[in-house]
Amino acid sequence: MSDQSNFIEKEDVVVKFCGDSGDGMQLAGTLFSDAAALQGLDLATFPDYPAEIRAPHNTIAGVSGFQVHVGRKKIDTTGDFVDILVAMNPASLKSNLKWTRPGATIIVDADSFDEATCKKAGYLTNPLEDNSLEGYNLVKAPVTMLTRNALKPLGIDNKTADRTRNVFTLGIIYHIFSWSLDSTVSYFKTKFKKKPEMVEANKLVLETGYSYADTVETLGSSYHIAKAKMAPGRYRNITGNVATAWGLLAAAERSGRPLFLGSYPITPATEILIELAKFKSLGAKVFQAEDEIAGICSAIGASYTGSLALTTTSGPGLSLKSEAIGLAVMTELPLVIVNVQRGGPSTGLPTKSEQSDLMQALFGRNGEAPVVVLAASTPADCFHFAYEAAKLALEHMTPVILLTDGSLGNGSQLFRIPKVADLPDITPPLAEPNDKDYKPYKRDPETLVRKWAIPGTEGLRHRIGGLEKENGSGNVSTDPANHQIMTDLREAKIQKVADFIPEQGIFGAKKGEVLVVSWGGTRGTTEAAVEELQKQGKKISLAHFSHIMPLPKNTHEVLAGFKKIIVCELNSGQFVNYLRMKEPDFKYSQFNKVMGLPFTVTELVAKFNEML
Amino acid sequence: MFEFPEKTIERSAVELNKSDFVSDQMVKWCPGCGAHAILASIANVFPKIGYRKENFMMVSGIGCSSRFPYYVNTYGFHGIHGRANAIASGVKIANPNLSVWIATGDGDSMAIGGNHFIHIIRRNIDVNIVLFNNQIYGLTKGQYSPTTPMGSVTKTSPQGTIEHPFNPGELVLGAQGTFFARAVDTNVKLMTEVMFEAARHDGTSVIEILQNCIIFADKTHEAITDKEVRDDAQIHIKNGEPLIFGKNKDKGIRLNGTQLEVVTLGENGITEDDLLVHDQYQQDPGVHLMLAKMYPPHFPVALGVIRSAMYPTYDDLVEEQIVHAKATSKILCVDDLLNSGDTWEIE
Repeated sequence: MSDQSNFIEKEDVVVKFCGDSGDGMQLAGTLFSDAAALQGLDLATFPDYPAEIRAPHNTIAGVSGFQVHVGRKKIDTTGDFVDILVAMNPASLKSNLKWTRPGATIIVDADSFDEATCKKAGYLTNPLEDNSLEGYNLVKAPVTMLTRNALKPLGIDNKTADRTRNVFTLGIIYHIFSWSLDSTVSYFKTKFKKKPEMVEANKLVLETGYSYADTVETLGSSYHIAKAKMAPGRYRNITGNVATAWGLLAAAERSGRPLFLGSYPITPATEILIELAKFKSLGAKVFQAEDEIAGICSAIGASYTGSLALTTTSGPGLSLKSEAIGLAVMTELPLVIVNVQRGGPSTGLPTKSEQSDLMQALFGRNGEAPVVVLAASTPADCFHFAYEAAKLALEHMTPVILLTDGSLGNGSQLFRIPKVADLPDITPPLAEPNDKDYKPYKRDPETLVRKWAIPGTEGLRHRIGGLEKENGSGNVSTDPANHQIMTDLREAKIQKVADFIPEQGIFGAKKGEVLVVSWGGTRGTTEAAVEELQKQGKKISLAHFSHIMPLPKNTHEVLAGFKKIIVCELNSGQFVNYLRMKEPDFKYSQFNKVMGLPFTVTELVAKFNEML
Repeated sequence: MFEFPEKTIERSAVELNKSDFVSDQMVKWCPGCGAHAILASIANVFPKIGYRKENFMMVSGIGCSSRFPYYVNTYGFHGIHGRANAIASGVKIANPNLSVWIATGDGDSMAIGGNHFIHIIRRNIDVNIVLFNNQIYGLTKGQYSPTTPMGSVTKTSPQGTIEHPFNPGELVLGAQGTFFARAVDTNVKLMTEVMFEAARHDGTSVIEILQNCIIFADKTHEAITDKEVRDDAQIHIKNGEPLIFGKNKDKGIRLNGTQLEVVTLGENGITEDDLLVHDQYQQDPGVHLMLAKMYPPHFPVALGVIRSAMYPTYDDLVEEQIVHAKATSKILCVDDLLNSGDTWEIE
């Protein structure tokens, strides 16, 4: 075991595994985060992979990475800069070095750094030999050779052995943290249940990596991170996409409405479809449609017949669904549309994250077609926002667009497991059989919500559709005055939802110098940046919005408490322009980034300091 | 092996009649439009089918045909252009206890909704599609459609169309359709019969109605429906019976080698025994395709049920998978799910 005297106590550490896509970096990162969770640490993860399944070997385009931020403190972000970088080839080193902290430990597979691979990555000279990495703690591990040698006695060929190189590096990392290998070994036992020789091989490589780290002096200090202080409860690691799927399943169970998903595969939203398809045992009906339009239209059909109906997509898919969202607005049917945003326009950056579909979600339909818009803010709270989206859709008989994004969907975080019984009630406004007063568009005077008459119910036969409705009766109407009334009612119904959502919270004091405004998936970084400045005694607070349409009722009051307001978002200024429209009494500054990358805490702190 | 389950659509406790399905809305099709007769046929057939009236559901897209749900007193949904089949897919999968009827046209299902049309058929979802084929866009006032005969002069083809039209029957069979029938809007009795057969069929049933648009494509089906020619231009096919037609019932269809051929009984020693006997239930769609493709002037057009083959339906298979999953999975409620896999307690 390692030398205990060399321990450095750390608050948090950022580890990134990167290599060729196909090198198993996503798996190494996932296994590392599972081990960290079992050590009692808080964590957040972020995969960063190319759009191509197997891009050309040893090229920058083919680099796949998985970043894990672990710590004893509350982990809000996946970390600006990397403390330990695992780089399996020159291309992955080259593309990740700019995100690596000076003095960081860089573990490379030295065997993969030859003239050809260095040249392919764009290096003129071998970076392991030209002293360009002097400022780092460089560990030149012969990973390929040691892995092959370790497995030779088991009769395993080099090609197969090379596939376990990721496990070797995992062994090195576990040594750095002095962690047990148990969780990873038990993963192998489950994964290779029918191939005991593969369990043996992976275990051996893991141990070889661990022992290698024990013998090399260059590795320097080991890290120790104390257990995180977290609210008591049962926890698990969860990605945003899985949390979204589970929140929707919970809503179906609590509302008593069967779940129907109509969807079409699209990056980075596909995992929600995949996840829900697993749970026919919960009665979930998942329909992989022929296209995005059939996805939403089948969901609208299911909604008319009484299901909690869902469709999941990303930006280009939301464009295709626009007309059908309008149909759901006109027919006032419950429908949850999840948009896992990615870089746009058009096909854009499928595997990169952005917040650039906000205006599309709010206004991207023909006619005046208001819908409720929510935005989840962390991978784990995708569960609660998906649940709330379903609750609002069902109780207010309206489409709800839930915005998440690629970082949230693929990123993971620890999730405190709730009890389904503790979640809020969901009570859809079902029409009673043989209700003599039933009319399709008769509304509750308070909420303006119409009743849901489910086919099969006696005495409630009725017809609805996309043509304008006569107020009350729901018959087709082209009467000009009626169209005005119905347009106003549809808008008012959505605004009334503000009575059923929480007030906007403020992180920090309610009055001060600068109010940072952010929304959706950037919460981790904006909160970390604001917290850092608050610790320095600066009069800065954060209002992070998740309820976009309608805005919380106290929005004006929240904004009024500060001399300056800066709105930060990963687009060119969509939420800030929405605020300029909705809350025109204030002057807004803005901070935007459209690079397919998250904000860094560093750049936010620098920007906020300029304003203070 | 898949077993065909008992159908769960509830039957009416009382006898129903036409008036049970008449809605309070004024019918706004042009006088003389073929759609009126299709509406009459639906009103005939729904009581005959015998399900509870609340268990019928009509779905439509956009076009003249798609106003249909407003005129039938059932649960109904008038969708958007081309999407009736997609909407109805969701209706049937979510609620298999409904008898789902789709009213659609040659623009709605052959053009803008062509994708949904072939996929609902491929999946064999148990719905009934009534395809109003008037070979024209009526509601937008007279543009050519994917079934308009080549060379037709319309508002958007002043020099005649230069597109090969679809034969809907070919498309249905090409998409592995399990049920295809054809009728003409001048024959309410035949429409009612094939609709009843469609309702009995488990799977996607497509009924093509050769419909007249009196305003924009009047007499488009004249070569088939005109009183003077119809006995020679139509053949009413019935399961188990030889294919005989003609004013004097003296013509027939036989299979000569790999091709169909029109023959005259009594000529060259031809008797009824030489004629093709219709088998609507046979799995192989080869002969069905040949029948669906018959068209004047060389052949009469085939009317009646051309194909009605038994295959598992998508909606039944979904239910079967749910039953199986519930019987075998350890995850039977969301609490089970949330606590599955790696979890740990923090105190």
